[in-house]
Formats: sequence, C-alpha cells, structure tokens
Amino acid sequence: MSRLDPSRASPSGDAPFRDVATAHAPFRSGRLILWAVILLVAANFAWIVAHNENFGWPVVIAYFFDPTVISGLYVSLGLTVVAMALGTILGLVLAIARMSNDRLANSLAALFIWFFRGTPLLVQLIFWYNLSTLFPRLSIAIPFGPVLASWDTNSVITPMTAAIVGLALNEAAYMAEIIRGGLLSVDRGQTETAEAFGMTRARALWRIIIPQAMRSIVPPTGNQLISMIKATSLVSVIAMADLLYSVQSIYNRTFEIIPMLLVAVIWYLLITSILNIGQSYIEAYYGRSERRSKADGKPALTATAVQEASH
Amino acid sequence: MSAVQTMNPLVQVRDVHKSFDQLEVLKGIDLDIMPGEVVVILGPSGSGKSTFLRCINHLEAINKGFIAVDGEQIGYRLRNGRLEKLSANGIARQRRKIGMVFQQFNLYPHMTVLQNIIEAPVGIHGESRQDATRNALQLLERVGLSEKAGSYPRQLSGGQQQRVAIARALAIKPKLMLFDEPTSALDPELVGEVLATMRDLAKQGLTMIVVTHEIGFAREAADRVVFMDDGKIVEMGRPDDVIGNPQHPRTKAFLSRFL
Repeated sequence: MSRLDPSRASPSGDAPFRDVATAHAPFRSGRLILWAVILLVAANFAWIVAHNENFGWPVVIAYFFDPTVISGLYVSLGLTVVAMALGTILGLVLAIARMSNDRLANSLAALFIWFFRGTPLLVQLIFWYNLSTLFPRLSIAIPFGPVLASWDTNSVITPMTAAIVGLALNEAAYMAEIIRGGLLSVDRGQTETAEAFGMTRARALWRIIIPQAMRSIVPPTGNQLISMIKATSLVSVIAMADLLYSVQSIYNRTFEIIPMLLVAVIWYLLITSILNIGQSYIEAYYGRSERRSKADGKPALTATAVQEASH
Repeated sequence: MSAVQTMNPLVQVRDVHKSFDQLEVLKGIDLDIMPGEVVVILGPSGSGKSTFLRCINHLEAINKGFIAVDGEQIGYRLRNGRLEKLSANGIARQRRKIGMVFQQFNLYPHMTVLQNIIEAPVGIHGESRQDATRNALQLLERVGLSEKAGSYPRQLSGGQQQRVAIARALAIKPKLMLFDEPTSALDPELVGEVLATMRDLAKQGLTMIVVTHEIGFAREAADRVVFMDDGKIVEMGRPDDVIGNPQHPRTKAFLSRFL
C-alpha cells in the first residue's frame, strides 16, 4: 500500500524514483541476433545470385553500356520527360476545368478523364499508332465548312508522336485527378483571402493555391513518374526503340534473354533511385514552411533592412 | 457639422437582403458609414453580422438592395441604363481598396511574414519590391513585430499572426478595413495585443467596420455601435447610448450576458 503513496513520487523521495535524465536504453540481445540472422541470409542470397552462371553476369557487364542499350535508354528517358511534362500541363488544365463552375468545361474534363483512365494504355498506344486506318487524312477545318489545312496521317503519326501523344494523354487523365486532389486540400480560407485582396483567379491559383497544393501533389506525382518510366516499355509494341525494345533486339540475336533483361532491370532501378532522391529534395522544398525552427532565415538581412527603412 | 454634412458616405448600404437557399440571413439592412468612422457591429451568433461584412466586399453576393463603397456599386455596374454583373476581374479590381482581416488569420503559410505583406502591393498594386518592403517593415514595426519579418506564420503565436494579418491588410493602403471577428480564434491572453493594435488604427482615422464580441473594444474605440439581431439592425448609435443605455429588449438581453 505504501508504494502508492503519491508523496513518495517527489525527487527527494526514495530510491524507486529517479530523474529520467539518467536513464539508458537496455541492451536488447534478441534484436541483435535477429539482425545478424537476416544479414547472414541476405549475404548468402547475394552470394548465390552472384555465383549463379545462369544469370550471365559477364554478359550483363559486357552489354551494360552497349550503344544500342544506351540509345534505348535515351529514348525511354526522353519519352518519360516529354510525356510527363505534357501530361502534367494538360492535367493542370483539366483539374482547373474540372473544378470550375462552368458546366461545359467541367463536363469536357470529366469526359476526357473518364475515357483515358478507363481504357488500357496499351490499347490507346496501338490506336494512336494505327490512326491512319481510322482517319487517312488529318485536317483543320471550320465545322461543316471549308478545310483550312490538311496532312497525310502517316506523315504526322510516327512511332515517336504516337508514343508521346498516347503516353501524355493517358498521363494527363491521372495527373488531373492528382492535381485536383491537391488543390482541394488547400484551406478554403486561402482562396477567399486571395479574392478579398483583389487577386485575379489565375494569380490566386499561381501564387497562393498551387504552392500549397504542391505538398500533396508531389508524392503521388513521383509515383506517376516512376510508373511512366516503366510504362514507356509498352511503346516497344509500336516499334519504338526504347530501353526494353533495345535489349529485346539484342537477345533476339544472341539468345541471352535473362542477362539482357537484367541489363534493363538494373537501368530502370538506377533511374528510379535517382528520381527518389530528387523527389525527397522537392518535398523538403515545399515543406520548408512546416519546419518549426526558431532561427529565422535571414536575421541579418532583416536587421539591415529595418535600419534602412528607419532612415 | 456642416463639413460632415457635405461629406459623402464612404459606404452606402440600402435594403440589403441575403439568403442561403431557403434561409434568409439578412432581412433589409440600411447603413451609411462616413470616412474615418469606426463602426462596431455587435450581435448574437447567427444574427447575420459576419455575412453582412462579407457582402460589403462581395465575398457573398446579395439578393436585393445595393452596396456602394467609395461611390462605386460593389459587384455591378450601370451600362446603357441597365445594371449588369461585373466580371470576376472587375470585382477583383473593386476589392483592391478594401482591406480585410479574418477570424482564422488566413496568412499564406508558404510565405514568410514579409512576403505575406508585400504580396498584394507588389503583385496587384504594382509597387516596386523595394518600396513595398520598406513599407512592410514600417507596418511590422507599428504592430510590434519587426524581428519576425523572416519567420513563417506557423512559427508565430495566434496573436502575432493576427497582427501580421492586420499589417498585410494595411499594406494595400485601404480606404476601408473590414474585421471579421478578429479575436474570436485567439487564446484569452492574446486578445489584448490585437485589440491594442486595432485601437491604434481607429485613432489614426482609418475607416473600420468591426464585427466582434469584444464589448470593451466597442465602448472605447467605436464611433458608432450597430446591434444586429435576426438579420436586421435593431439598434444603432453612440457606444455610450447603445451599450450604456440600450433601448431594445434584444440589445438589453444580449448585453446583460456581459455584465
């Protein structure tokens, strides 16, 4: 009973109560053993893979910087950058249209998102590539009126343009929803404040809403970018010489299927690793106002500016 | 007296009605506010006082009547003898001479205090960054936050954030300042610093409309107290009269809770 006496909880009390500042973490031997076992298993697995001749590591090394592979890598990276950039810009436009009160803009954006999210990317790519069978000629014309300009579809739709259009439009549908979610996550009071200060809608969006929405837009966009890198491998079906297509073209000749696929896998992993690092920097940038550091960013500058102002 | 009579009211409000769906929140408001006047609007929750304030800069559109600020009808214009709705940009232009302070401060969290204050002067009013910065630092000095220019809003207390919000609204050199319950979201010990700042502004001749529950502030700083209840103005006059000697039973009932 006496152990429950609250008066004993004072620092000057008996031995059972001591200042937590003197505490230390106990040594956990079970945890150490678990670590050792896992590391041992992992090292063993790595050793087995490295010494398994079926993986053909010498072939992997020999072809890793092969010109065909490297040019395929450039195609994959280029497609990713261009399709992602176009997809993000179009996605932003769609997100804004989707959120507007304008019935027409709203329904057109909804229709676009519904279609491009609802059909497989592979099928979309094949359709774009074979557009000439549906529309032999592409024209700019006044509806039901005269034709202003016209091109042969096959001269416009190359594997490259089909790949860019296919990937970008599909990406736009997903980015639209990601960006819309980000814009919705910003406190309604921010829009209202921007309005009360007489900002135009475009300026409020650009200066106030989007920078705050970025915190919730960046992580899923990083996800999309990584998906996009891998999605570019689909363009091999329309004879676009991307990374996967390049290694395929080599193993069709040498029959070194697994080693060549390993070359592609390692390249994909390398790229996504670099993107992950980039993403964490971008997230840190948009989260800078969240840090609760007491040290002000530029105390010296502020002090001189105050002096200047008081002159 | 004659000088006052020849002056035009800065704010003219005539028979303003406002409904949200079926609910009529404002049931005919008439009010004239002279330049330099400090008007405090009191009233129980749900009396429509915040809604009325938000109608003045068209954050809420009214259903009937008219509101004019500085001789311009807010939200509409006369064209070929017919009244037409202004475009979003037209309304934005009208709002640029009206400053507003919100209950939840609404500072831009991704910008430093200084960036918050110069955003509108530089981006909307076309001031040079240098002039705007100099002015912003003077305003920060006035609200007693000179050393916080480089801080982010999150690093400030509620009272400090609200004082920055006041400085931000003053930076556009407004003809009219609207305060929407500026102390209601603050801890009791932080209310005083914000009210002191507002009292300062009132003395300097700024035209202010303040929606608040702070009876003490109304008594000391207001030129006129407006008491609203159920979407109508039920009593209005000098603070000593309305607060000290209320006539209407609703005003009496409301004020008795603060005694």
